[in-house]
Amino acid sequence: MIGVELRKLVLSRRTWVTILLIDALPTLVGILLAVTDLGPRPGTGPAFLSAVLTDGTLFPLAALGIVLPLFLPIAVAVTAGEAIAGEAQQGTLRYLLVRPVGRTRLLVAKLVSVMAFVVLTVLVVAATAYVVGALLLGSESVSAGATSVSGSGLSSQELVLRTLLALAYAMLCMLGVAAIALFLSTVVRMPLSAALGTMAVLVASTLLLSLDAANVLQPYLPTRYWLAFVDLFRDPILWRDVERGVLLQLAYVVVFLGAAWANFMTKDVTD
Amino acid sequence: MISTNGLTKHYGRITAVDGVDLDVREGDVYGFLGANGSGKTTTVRLLLGLVLATSGSIEVLGRPMPAAGRTVLPQVGAMVEGPAAYPQLSGRTNLALLDASGPGGDRSTRAGRIDDALARVGLDGVDKRPVRAYSLGMRQRLGLAAALLRRPRLLVLDEPTNGLDPQGIREIRQLLLDLNRAGTTVFLSSHLLAEIEQMCTRVGVLDRGRLVLQDQLDHLQRPTGRTVVRTPDTGKARALLDGHVERQDGDTIWVRADDPLALNAQLVRVGVRVLELGPERRSLEDVVLEAARDSGDRR
Repeated sequence: MIGVELRKLVLSRRTWVTILLIDALPTLVGILLAVTDLGPRPGTGPAFLSAVLTDGTLFPLAALGIVLPLFLPIAVAVTAGEAIAGEAQQGTLRYLLVRPVGRTRLLVAKLVSVMAFVVLTVLVVAATAYVVGALLLGSESVSAGATSVSGSGLSSQELVLRTLLALAYAMLCMLGVAAIALFLSTVVRMPLSAALGTMAVLVASTLLLSLDAANVLQPYLPTRYWLAFVDLFRDPILWRDVERGVLLQLAYVVVFLGAAWANFMTKDVTD
Repeated sequence: MISTNGLTKHYGRITAVDGVDLDVREGDVYGFLGANGSGKTTTVRLLLGLVLATSGSIEVLGRPMPAAGRTVLPQVGAMVEGPAAYPQLSGRTNLALLDASGPGGDRSTRAGRIDDALARVGLDGVDKRPVRAYSLGMRQRLGLAAALLRRPRLLVLDEPTNGLDPQGIREIRQLLLDLNRAGTTVFLSSHLLAEIEQMCTRVGVLDRGRLVLQDQLDHLQRPTGRTVVRTPDTGKARALLDGHVERQDGDTIWVRADDPLALNAQLVRVGVRVLELGPERRSLEDVVLEAARDSGDRR
């Protein structure tokens, strides 16, 4: 079933259009930076963006920093929100279930497919950004290694390791979003409602994070530690927020996947 | 093949299916009749494990449903409330994906089975187009092909001729009868009496969630003990059959007589010109309406 879901993902034109659109923004930013040579001052703007003017190989990281906070979660919310409600709306859910595909198996396959989409998107964004960075942006310190956010030097090897860690962390954050959207997808009839519901949660979370009066709630909001992946590029690595973020996302994943499973197992499929 | 016991389904305060005891036997073409909203589709969904029963039990192919769905459903071909497919993919790709997604679809025979199923429903040669470009009738045929893909022992079809033209309806009817002759049990749900009357060996009638009738079709349509005579000489005939004529409508009279042959000889002997003569059989429509009316009175 997982194989079938992956084939559906790859066969769908929408998958590729979405990836293309997501990929367009960092590419545009890269081109603008190269043309104007106007980077944000260090410490402002999206992470790593000030550094890419000197070292173009850092641009994949900067591109992910651009995509992660907004574009990717929206894409995940739409894709995961579609998972069950979309099949139901299309009428194909009942034929899958009588094929028979076990309900748990279907949920797992859908979740794997959503995560495969995230991996695919991240790879495409990173690869495009690497090409853009290498071709258009500065190439001063390629051999000397990159500079950490804290100012000290990082070896290429260390940089790769930390990048992989950061990607894993970002995946976990997206898994949290996918869990919420998948749960909503088993509840509502329209895939759009599931996607919008998930986005509403994320927007509300972001809003509450900027509100001092919501201090008590903030450690539990799903987007609270999303950008903690930047801490992985400090020297030494600042683990505190990353650890909290991992625990928080795991809690969201367990709670919402559990709810999605419980709801779907006992649901009357009447679409 | 299918047997349910006191099958009941509530949606909130609405009772969609109410104490239904279905009995579908091997080799039947079972016609499941009922008006729109009588609970047919809910019953079909219950049989297939899509909807979970409030109370009562279901056995399909001798195994409890939905518990044994993993072993039962691969041997069941189903079409529920219209066909469905991924619109951007071709019919062939749709069938391949569906076959690959569950158990019992051997990969090595897949292409052959898909060809076979498409040919059976008359869709061979049109499969490059995406399903988006299919007509309603073609989608219906594709849905049937999906149901036939693993040569099931039991076909559960909900309104299978929906959207087909008369020619298509005839083809599908012939296909189902051929399959039945080859040993497939067919459970056919429909609100079209004529369709059921032409195909089915056994009939169940659902009315507002209750099974009000379940019997062999030929038993339901057995002669009523009256003979229908059409003659221009109604006066003469009535005089002869004095007391046995129950009703007259224009040139047609209904005579209480068990033996149409003897009645004919009797009429001809006295010079009554007979245009038509035969035993009266109840139409399925009469049977169904009567059963529904009786159940309505009981409430």
